[in-house]
Amino acid sequence: MTQAVEMLGITKTFPGVVANDHIDFSAAKSETHGLLGENGAGKTVLMSILYGLYRPDSGRIMVDGEEIRMDSPATAIRHGIGMVHQHFMLVPSLTVAENVVLGNEVTRSRVVLDTKRASDEVRVFSERCNLKVDPDAPVHTLTVGVQQRVEIIKALHRGAEILILDEPTAILTPQEVEELMKAIRALKAQGKTVIFISHKLREVLSICDRVTVLKKGRLVGTVKTGETSLSQLATMMVDRQVLEVFKKKTVQGAGAVLNVEDLQAVDDRGLPALKGITFDISVSEILGLAGVEGNGQSELVEALTGLRRVRGGRILLNKIDITAASPEKRIRLGVSHVPADRNREGLIPDFSVMENLILGSQSEEPFARRHTVLDYGAASRYADGLIADYSISTPGRETPVRNLSGGTQQRVVLAREFSRNPKLIIAYQPTRGLDIGATEYVRGKLVEMRDNGCAVLLISADLDEIRALSDRIAVIFEGRIVALKDPKKTDEEELGLLMAGGKVD
Amino acid sequence: MTEMGEGGHREIGLSPRLLAEIRSGLMRMLPQVIAVVAAFIVGAVVLAVTGYDPVDAYAMMLRGAFGDIYGIGQTLTKATPIIFTALAFLFAMKSGLFNIGAEGQLVIGAFAAALVGISFDGLPALIHVPLALLAGALAGGAWGFIPAVLKAKLGAHEVITTMMLSYVATYLTSYMVNYPFKAPGWVAQTVPLDPSAQLPRILPPTQLSASFIIAIILVALTYIILQKTTLGYEVRASGLNPVAAESGGINVKRTMIIALVVSGAMAGLGGAGEVMGVHDRFIEGFSPGYGWDGLAVALVGGLHPVGVVIAAILFGALRSGGMTMTRVTHVPLDIVVILQSLVIIFVAAPMLIRYLLRWREHKG
Repeated sequence: MTQAVEMLGITKTFPGVVANDHIDFSAAKSETHGLLGENGAGKTVLMSILYGLYRPDSGRIMVDGEEIRMDSPATAIRHGIGMVHQHFMLVPSLTVAENVVLGNEVTRSRVVLDTKRASDEVRVFSERCNLKVDPDAPVHTLTVGVQQRVEIIKALHRGAEILILDEPTAILTPQEVEELMKAIRALKAQGKTVIFISHKLREVLSICDRVTVLKKGRLVGTVKTGETSLSQLATMMVDRQVLEVFKKKTVQGAGAVLNVEDLQAVDDRGLPALKGITFDISVSEILGLAGVEGNGQSELVEALTGLRRVRGGRILLNKIDITAASPEKRIRLGVSHVPADRNREGLIPDFSVMENLILGSQSEEPFARRHTVLDYGAASRYADGLIADYSISTPGRETPVRNLSGGTQQRVVLAREFSRNPKLIIAYQPTRGLDIGATEYVRGKLVEMRDNGCAVLLISADLDEIRALSDRIAVIFEGRIVALKDPKKTDEEELGLLMAGGKVD
Repeated sequence: MTEMGEGGHREIGLSPRLLAEIRSGLMRMLPQVIAVVAAFIVGAVVLAVTGYDPVDAYAMMLRGAFGDIYGIGQTLTKATPIIFTALAFLFAMKSGLFNIGAEGQLVIGAFAAALVGISFDGLPALIHVPLALLAGALAGGAWGFIPAVLKAKLGAHEVITTMMLSYVATYLTSYMVNYPFKAPGWVAQTVPLDPSAQLPRILPPTQLSASFIIAIILVALTYIILQKTTLGYEVRASGLNPVAAESGGINVKRTMIIALVVSGAMAGLGGAGEVMGVHDRFIEGFSPGYGWDGLAVALVGGLHPVGVVIAAILFGALRSGGMTMTRVTHVPLDIVVILQSLVIIFVAAPMLIRYLLRWREHKG
């Protein structure tokens, strides 16, 4: 089989991160090839290198057997590579035809735009590709799915033979996904190569011929979809680390700390993300929530911390209804939150370590006198204490957290969240991006807090982490809890299958 | 920064903190100083090319601005309203809001102060003056409250709403002094304020009034609020990272509303000071664009209250020194506008670039 595109030994580092580590990738003519991996696995970086947006540190790129120096998107386009980004690059006020011909406009005597001819040309072209659109419709009147189709037509119109789709289904409704799948099959029939970036197992399995799986910047492997299964892909994709066994005290559960009843919420696009979630967590219990990213986890965390309004259901904390309480109120009642993206949600990077440590308590005694004037003396003593207790390696409490390493930043978050006597800890991907040492520290702290009586909701895509720490495991899939398991009575295969939406008898 | 040992003396309090603050402040001002020097160099080239002696012109400008008590008084007089509007811009900016409507907040504050100043006959100055100042601050604050609520409830962008409201203020007061409150005569102005509502002149015969003292107090207050209070902490947190602030338990919307109200009140107070200290009445078009100067001065001052004072005095000096320069050397006054613009370009361009870079970083 001749490869339409081949990437050999691609390495790309960003300051502090190896985004791609000697990755080999290839796709054949008229193949639909899935590129699978968690967020941060390096999928988009790899494809951005193919599209000329990033220069690799090392490695070679071949198109139709010829080595190409891919130094810009213009070069990539010249060699028949097109990319549809997650964020569309369309001009909303222009028509479909105008958007498609943008950059090589159809003109009369090189000056006057010939919109009529452009429109006809785009109509004929789109029909030939089996991707129907109205060339005269202004783009802003179109649904997201149709806008995506316009992007695909635009790429094909520029001569793309190899089409990269970056998480194309992330923004689509189920019906639109069906339409897209049809379009991809049509492209395949025309001999186009489609590279389909996704972290949704089912879609990849249903549309692709082969799948390449990446994890933390490394190649896990390439498999034919006919010779693999949901659970195999799930276990290839999620993280497995050598982990130490945590010794947990056996504690008698003394009633539920958190009750979540039939919780419903929509995502940022207004589509249902939580479709009736019910669970509870007791004193001294870690509930692990396993799931492939994008199945409602972030909406659940936001609903529990008060950052997202819910459409239905109730949240009870120690029997108090907090469904409509503000984030501030929930913090007072003992909800601590270790967010997934600490730099965006957990910390104020330009603030000092001390200022970050008092976030949320800034108007409370002893840090504020009469809720108005900050007491830097008290804040300093408190900060110095936490810096010692949590071994936060910083030049001093005045250092901006921006200047600290990822692991140290996470210690700042933990120190703040764990030291205000929480009843419930919501830990969302608490070890993502941390090295082994920092990971062990965070996990140890979570267990310690549990042993001291906290209820912990641990949300992670890392199955080993979930299994090592949890007292119970819940599996979330498409906004529903699909299973509750005892970690001792389940295994990776079963969890992988459940995470992928499979049924277990 | 490495001498931050674990020395116990740090517990005692402010002095090492203050020293570090001053040092970092000076470092932060460096780009601004370079920008000002660069502006004057380019200005000198412009002068030389157009056939004037730059050394002579600058010397006259300097003498006019700082050469005698009169010059200093006029420089500070011109700087005073700009300090208010610059603080207004700065305070909103710290909460992440771009208040470019200080002009309107200043004008509406000035008019409200004038109304109080011409009413309440026979009130003692001890009550009349604070009352008129309060009216100015309240009116300016109300002018900040409207866009703040529109932003919090409807997501209307404050750049648009504050600017639009600025025009509303300008034309509303213009109508008021042309019709209902017009004093007899040709000029669109109110009658003079009662003497009991006028701010004392502090450096006769110059126009410098007690408004300057209020401005300096407000500078100190702004610094204290931002650095030493819970409100300031919440304002800065909301401005630097609203997502983390909200997640950390700060009501970001409420904080932004407060910040924009305070911002408007600051500009309104500046307007009141102009009416009560300099003009002794509300005159249509009394502000030659103090609101816009304030925006520039806040940026030139590195968004720091002390930097604002220095930058405002620079702008005041250009205005007052420029007058002298024109009188003595016949260099046209336009060179002052050119110099001001050059300073803004040299200061704003790197800031804008840095802002855009950070924005891209956030998106990526």
